Amino acid sequence: MRADDRISPLPAVTPAPAPPQAMVVVDQVSKSFWRRGTAALQTCSLQVPSNEIVCVIGPSGCGKTTLLRIVDGLIPVDSGRVLINGIEVAAPRPDVAMVFQHVGLLPWKTASDNVAYGLRLQGRSEREVSDTIARYIDLVGLRGFESAYPYQLSGGMQQRVGLARALAVNPTVLLMDEPFGSLDAQTRELMQEELLRVWRSQPKTMIFVTHSIDEAIILGGRVALMTRRPGRIKEVIDVNLPRPRDPEAVRRSPRYLEMREHIWHELKVEVGGRALS
Amino acid sequence: MSVVADQNRPGQRRREGAGTPSPAMVRVLSVVVGLVAWEVYGRAVHSVILTYPSAVVRAAYELVRAGELQFYLQSSVVVLVLGLASAVAVGIPLGILMGRRAIIEHAFDPYVNALYATPLVAAIPVIVVWFGFQTTAKVILVFLFCVFPVLINTFQGVKNTDARLVEVARSFCSSEWRLWRDLVLPSSVPFILAGIRLAIGRGLVGMVVAEFYTTITGLGYMIVQYANSFRMDRLFVPIVVLMLMGVGLTGVLRRLERRIAPWLQVPQEE
Ligand SMILES: Nc1ncnc2c1ncn2[C@@H]1O[C@H](COP(=O)(O)OP(=O)(O)OP(=O)(O)O)[C@@H](O)[C@H]1O
Ligand SMILES: [Mg+2]
Repeated sequence: MRADDRISPLPAVTPAPAPPQAMVVVDQVSKSFWRRGTAALQTCSLQVPSNEIVCVIGPSGCGKTTLLRIVDGLIPVDSGRVLINGIEVAAPRPDVAMVFQHVGLLPWKTASDNVAYGLRLQGRSEREVSDTIARYIDLVGLRGFESAYPYQLSGGMQQRVGLARALAVNPTVLLMDEPFGSLDAQTRELMQEELLRVWRSQPKTMIFVTHSIDEAIILGGRVALMTRRPGRIKEVIDVNLPRPRDPEAVRRSPRYLEMREHIWHELKVEVGGRALS
Repeated sequence: MSVVADQNRPGQRRREGAGTPSPAMVRVLSVVVGLVAWEVYGRAVHSVILTYPSAVVRAAYELVRAGELQFYLQSSVVVLVLGLASAVAVGIPLGILMGRRAIIEHAFDPYVNALYATPLVAAIPVIVVWFGFQTTAKVILVFLFCVFPVLINTFQGVKNTDARLVEVARSFCSSEWRLWRDLVLPSSVPFILAGIRLAIGRGLVGMVVAEFYTTITGLGYMIVQYANSFRMDRLFVPIVVLMLMGVGLTGVLRRLERRIAPWLQVPQEE
């Protein structure tokens, strides 16, 4: 993170730059924990075009969460760099939001206060906050649970609060770490549809980590496959299915079946390889 | 640093068989039996050695009617409240600072450990020399008795803050001050309240000891006076009042905990 890598601020007289086109570039990032103990990522590179959804899929423990934490600016890299819209990431940015795998709701705040968390930190007016939280609570289907504490919600409901909290700040980049992991199949599909609806009306750049091949193909413009630990992006598949997608029709298409089989095979190689080593 | 928050969560002591009497009933019964036994035995013993509950109640009535109890109680309560309040006002922020900033932790840690381990009664002459015999000296003594449990427990609570939630706060670009308010303080609440409960007990000790060793006033004065004149029944009145203060304040704190930390009620609703 050298200073000369940063884009210097433009002088005030120049016309305003074009509206920010977020684009995430992960460039040769390596990261190990405990001073070169466990290597989590090794020369990992990934590019996410602006307003594109890239689904990341890979064996458990391969470094997906680590990758998202690095992109969010929560932990430093050992080498390599991450650019968001051309600016190197050094610390968390307000226009990048994350949905955490561990959900991370504040136990002492009600569902609606949790959804409002990011907005209040940004100093929005209470009026705006209450309008926004009502909208996103509705969106994730939690009307009636506004004043429930996290311990009074099921695991899936907590995940939806976590999703609403991230969406509520209307970020340009949304990082999602298995956000639908503990939902039943039906709710999961509903949430996928809602997410795509939000994405169409407020386009954002998304990195979406999942263990479900089906979810990756239904949601993703691209699907990035990771190797086992230390993680690298091994292949990026262009899904190339028209949007808006009808999940049922997609699942019947030959392209879907072909991709599914391919991804399944590639993942099996990674998981099997680990068992042998 | 090792005052552990007593986290005996309610709801855990419920798994008894259907035949056993309710815990509340056993408690009441136990107290009644104890009081009756004291009454019977106390009446059989000379009144210079021991008294009995009904005599204490009568003595209390006399002392209240004469206005004596209120008068001395008031001066004691002022000392206790000022000492406890300043201990909370200093202990909580300093505990948080020590928990969040390693430099401050390491700078203060030796003093906190040393003073917490010192029997503070030994420091009374020093305090008298520095601050005199009046209320100030007493408040400072109560403060010294109370501040360490609050401080140490707050520190423990802050250290106990879930690192993953701190990461969530950082992800949403929280400022350090908002982090304290939204995260560090609420997650330390159970520890802090446990610390204050400990502090109340120690504060009462500090208060009485201060009254014995500086200007003799307050409930301490009543104790000394009636002990010297062998009025056992009256001697027990301030003692019982002290006990009630301890129990009452601790009870108020438990209620407060339920009010300000409703998320801690998890096991009760299961
Ligand atoms: N804070 C940490 N300290 C030490 N090692 C860590 C830490 N975080 C992650 N690791 C290690 O880095 C590797 C990658 O972890 P990561 O959480 O990124 O995996 P993941 O791909 O998200 O796995 P999963 O699919 O199970 O969520 C793991 O081997 C893990 O043990
Ligand atoms: Mg993970």
